[in-house]
Amino acid sequence: MNLRISALDYVQGVKNGNVSAEDFVASTLERISDIDERLHAFLSVNDDAVDQARSIDKKVKSGDKVGACFGMPISIKDNICIKNSKTTCASKMLENFIAPYDATVITKLRNQDAVFVGKVNLDEFAMGLSTEFSAFGPSKNPWNTEYVPGGSSGGSAVSVSAFECIASLGSDTGGSVRNPASFCSTVGYKPTYGLISRYGLISYANSIEQIGPLTRTVKDAAFMLNIIAGLDENDNTTVDSKNTDYLSGIDSGIEGKRIGIIKEMIGEGIDSRVLSATKDAISKLESLGAICEEVSLDMVKYSVAAYYTITATEAGSNLARYDNIRYGYDFTVEGYEFNSYISKARRNFGPEVKRRMMIGGFVPSAGHAGKYFLKALKVKSKLTKEVNEAFKRFDLLISPTVPILPFRIGEKIDDPISLFLVDINTVTANLTGKPAISVPFAIANGLPIGIQLMADSMNDKLLLQAAFALESTITLPEVPT
Amino acid sequence: MTKIGLEIHCQLTNLESKLFCSCKANYREFKINENICPICMGLPGSLPRLNQEAVKKATIIAMALNCTTPEKIAFFRKNYFYPDLPKNFQITQLNIYGNTSVGGPGSIMVGDKKIRITRIQLEEDPGRLIYEGSSSKNQITLVDYNRAGTPLVEIVTEPDFENPKQVRDFLNILSDLLENLGVSDPSLEGAMRADANVSIQGGNKVEIKNIGSFHDLEKAVHFEITRQESLHSRDIQIVQETRHWDDRRKITISSRSKEEDLDYRYFLEGDIPWVSISDEIKDELKSKMPESISSKKERYVSKYNIPGQVADVLSSDKFYSDLFEESHTPENAKEIANIITTDLMGLVDTREKRRDSKFTATHLKDLAESIQSGKISRNSAKNALHEIVRTGKSLSQIMSELDLGNVSDESELSEVIQQIMSEEQQAVKEAKSNPKTINYLVGKVMQKTKGKADPAMTLNLLKNRLVSDD
Repeated sequence: MNLRISALDYVQGVKNGNVSAEDFVASTLERISDIDERLHAFLSVNDDAVDQARSIDKKVKSGDKVGACFGMPISIKDNICIKNSKTTCASKMLENFIAPYDATVITKLRNQDAVFVGKVNLDEFAMGLSTEFSAFGPSKNPWNTEYVPGGSSGGSAVSVSAFECIASLGSDTGGSVRNPASFCSTVGYKPTYGLISRYGLISYANSIEQIGPLTRTVKDAAFMLNIIAGLDENDNTTVDSKNTDYLSGIDSGIEGKRIGIIKEMIGEGIDSRVLSATKDAISKLESLGAICEEVSLDMVKYSVAAYYTITATEAGSNLARYDNIRYGYDFTVEGYEFNSYISKARRNFGPEVKRRMMIGGFVPSAGHAGKYFLKALKVKSKLTKEVNEAFKRFDLLISPTVPILPFRIGEKIDDPISLFLVDINTVTANLTGKPAISVPFAIANGLPIGIQLMADSMNDKLLLQAAFALESTITLPEVPT
Repeated sequence: MTKIGLEIHCQLTNLESKLFCSCKANYREFKINENICPICMGLPGSLPRLNQEAVKKATIIAMALNCTTPEKIAFFRKNYFYPDLPKNFQITQLNIYGNTSVGGPGSIMVGDKKIRITRIQLEEDPGRLIYEGSSSKNQITLVDYNRAGTPLVEIVTEPDFENPKQVRDFLNILSDLLENLGVSDPSLEGAMRADANVSIQGGNKVEIKNIGSFHDLEKAVHFEITRQESLHSRDIQIVQETRHWDDRRKITISSRSKEEDLDYRYFLEGDIPWVSISDEIKDELKSKMPESISSKKERYVSKYNIPGQVADVLSSDKFYSDLFEESHTPENAKEIANIITTDLMGLVDTREKRRDSKFTATHLKDLAESIQSGKISRNSAKNALHEIVRTGKSLSQIMSELDLGNVSDESELSEVIQQIMSEEQQAVKEAKSNPKTINYLVGKVMQKTKGKADPAMTLNLLKNRLVSDD
C-alpha cells in the first residue's frame, strides 16, 4: 500500500475503487505503530479508525452517498476537541480531559467522512515552536530525529511529513502551523482570521489564532479549506466564506501579480542558506511573470515583543479556568481550602506555560498596562495599518517562513528569548489577521526550508493560487524515514 | 451632606436563554447543576455566543432611563478568581475607550429629585455558592452553576441620594419600570440585587455588598449612615472600605477580604466582535417600547376620569395594568379599575397567588357589566370574584351556584319592603319626617336579601311606599 499520496489522489483512488479506505487506514495505523515510537507525533490513536474506514468502503461499493474525504486518515492537534476522546493540550492539567463535544472543524470533517487516526503532539497549550514543551516529551523531526520538528503544531507536521496520515489540522497563534510545516517540509496554511471556526479549539490567544491545515500539497490545503471554512453560529468571530471554491482555478498562475519582499525578514539574523532559498523562490516567481520588489514594514521589529505581550495577556485569562474546581487531575470529596485551589492547580503547568502566565499577570495589570499591554496593542494597530498600506501596492508579500534552519532538540530550550525571536516572520500575519502559507521549497544539510506568502484579508484564494505556482517550480525529495 | 450611590443588578428574566449559550435564563426550575452546558461551564474550547435579544433588552432599559446609547458596543473580560465563576473571568462591559457599554449617562426623576445614571452595562451572572456546615472552620462551599451566564444588566447611579427614603422610592420606581418594560420580573428571588456606597460629610466612601433584597438595602444604608455618623461624632476616622451586609444581625461588617485591592486586568473580549446598534435598530426598539408608567397613568385619569390614586396603583403594576388594558371599554373602564384596585388586589397580591389564580379578562368584563346593569351588587360581586379566582368558573355559573343574583323582581322586593316596614315602624316614622334617614331602611332590606337587592330599585320602591303610606 502506497501511503505516499496526496489527499486528492487518495480521494480519486477510493472513488475509482483502486484504493480501499480500510486498507489505507489500516496501513497508516501500522506505519504509526512502526515508526511513531521514534518520532512521537501521536499522543493517542483512534482504535475505531479501521472500522470507520471499512464502513466507508461499504458505502462506496453500495453506491451510497459518500463525503468528500472518503475515509481519508487525518490527524488532529491535541488542542482541538473530539467528542468522547482525550484532548490533553499536551499538558498534565488536561491529561484526562475527555471532550464532551466536537469542535466545529471536526463536525465538518466527520460529515465529509474523514477518519481521525489520532491526536498529535504540541507544545503545552500551543505555547512554543519546537514541541519540546509538550508535557509528554518532544516530537522528532523525521528529516533528522536529532532536530526539532518546529511547533507548536509539531505533531501535525511530523505526522503528515512521515506519512502517518494524509493531512492534519493544527492551530496557528504566531506561526504554529507554518513554523513546523517549514521545518518538516509540508504545506502549512493559516487562513484569514475568522475564516475557520475556532469553536472547540482550546484557546491560547483567541484574538489572533486560527485553525489551519498541514498537508502534502497546496491543492490539499485548498481541499481542506473547502470543507472547514465558513460561518459558524458557535463562533461569533467567523466570517462568511461565501461558499468560495478554493480549488477551482488554483492553477491560474501569478502572471502580473505584484509581490512585496519584506525587507525586515531577509536582513539581520537570517541563515545564509535560508536567504539563498528565498532569493531562488523570488526569481522563480519572477520567471512566472510576477513582479517582485522590496517593501519595508517598519513595525515588524516590534512585532515579536507585541506578540508575546498580547498572547501572554490573553493566555493568562484563557488558562485561568484551569483551577481544578470543575474538572482536573486530582480530586477529593472533601475538597480543599479555597485559596489553595489555584496554587495547587498551577503546579501542574509546565515551565513555558508558567512563564507566559506570569507575564500575562503582569503586563496588563494596573500600573503596568500603559507601559506594556497598551503599547503592544498600539504596535498591533500600527502594524496592521502598515500592512494594509503595503497591500495597496502589492497582491502578496513574501519572506522565508523561519529565518533559520531547524535546530537541535535541547539547543534553545534554556534560552527563551532566542526561541521567541524565531517567530519574527510569522507573527505579523496573526497580529494583522492576514492569511499566510508556508510552502516547502528547499532542503539544506538535509533539513527543510519553507517560503512564506501572505495576502490581504479574505484573499485566501489568491494566496493559494500563488502558493500553488511556487510549489510547481520545484521537486523536493521525500522524507528519508 | 450624606451621599448615597447605587449599583443595581437586574437579571433579564424574561429572556429565553442565557447570555452566551442556549441554557435557560430561567434557571430556577432546575435541579442543581442541570441547567449547564460546555459554554456556561467554560469548558476548554467553548466560546461565548452572544444572545442578541439580551443586547436589545438592555438597550431598551438604557433608553427608558434616558441614557445615551452608543453606535457600537464592546465586551470586556474582568479577570478574577472565584469558585462561582466558571472561566475565572466575567464577560462584562467597560467604558475605557469611550462609551461602549449599552447605556451612557442618563437620568430618572424620583418625585422632584433627579437621579443621574452613570452607565448601564450588560454582563453575565456568576454561579451560586451554597455554604454548608456550622462553624467557619468546617464550612463547606458547594457551587451551583445553573445561574452562571444568566443575562444581567448593571445600572450604576451617581451618588445623588441623600437618605434611605429616596433610595427606596427610586428602587420602587425602577423595579416597576423594569417590569413594565417586559424585561424582568423583579418579584423573582434574586432577580434584582444592589450594592450601595455611602459617605457622610467629611468621611470616606464605604461600599456595602452582599445585600440580598431591596428591603434590606434600605436598612443597610440606614445602618451605615448611623454607624458613620456615630464614628464622626467621636472624631473617629471613617476608613474607605468594603463592608458586607450581615443579613442575620442586620448590620454591616468590614470585609477583611482584599477585594478592593483586586486588579481585574480588563481587556477586550476578542471572542465577541463589536456589536453595532444602528439608528434603525434603535428606532425599532423605541417604537416597540411599551407605554411608560407615567403616560399610562395620565391616560387613565384624562380619558376615563379614574381618580389619580387609583390610576397610580393601576399603572405602576404591570400585572394590573395589562389586565386593565385587556378588559376595559370606554364604558366600563372606571368600574374595571375599581374592581381591580379594591377587590382583586387582595386576592392576587403575591407571585404564587397570581400563578394559581384562574380568572381572565373576560371575567372582569362580565363582572363590570353585571354591576353596571344592576344584575349584581358590589358586595356580591366581591364574593363572586373570590370564587372566580379560585375556580375559574364563569360569572353566571357562580351567580347561580351561590345565589348571588340581585333581587330585581319588583313584587319579590315589595314583599321584603313590606316586611321591613312593619318590623321597623320607628324608623319608618323618622324617614317620613327626615328623608335622609331612609338609608337605614335600605340597609335593612339589603341585610334581609343578603346584599342582593338592587339598591336603586329598593330606594325607589321605599320612597313610593313612604309617600303612599301617608
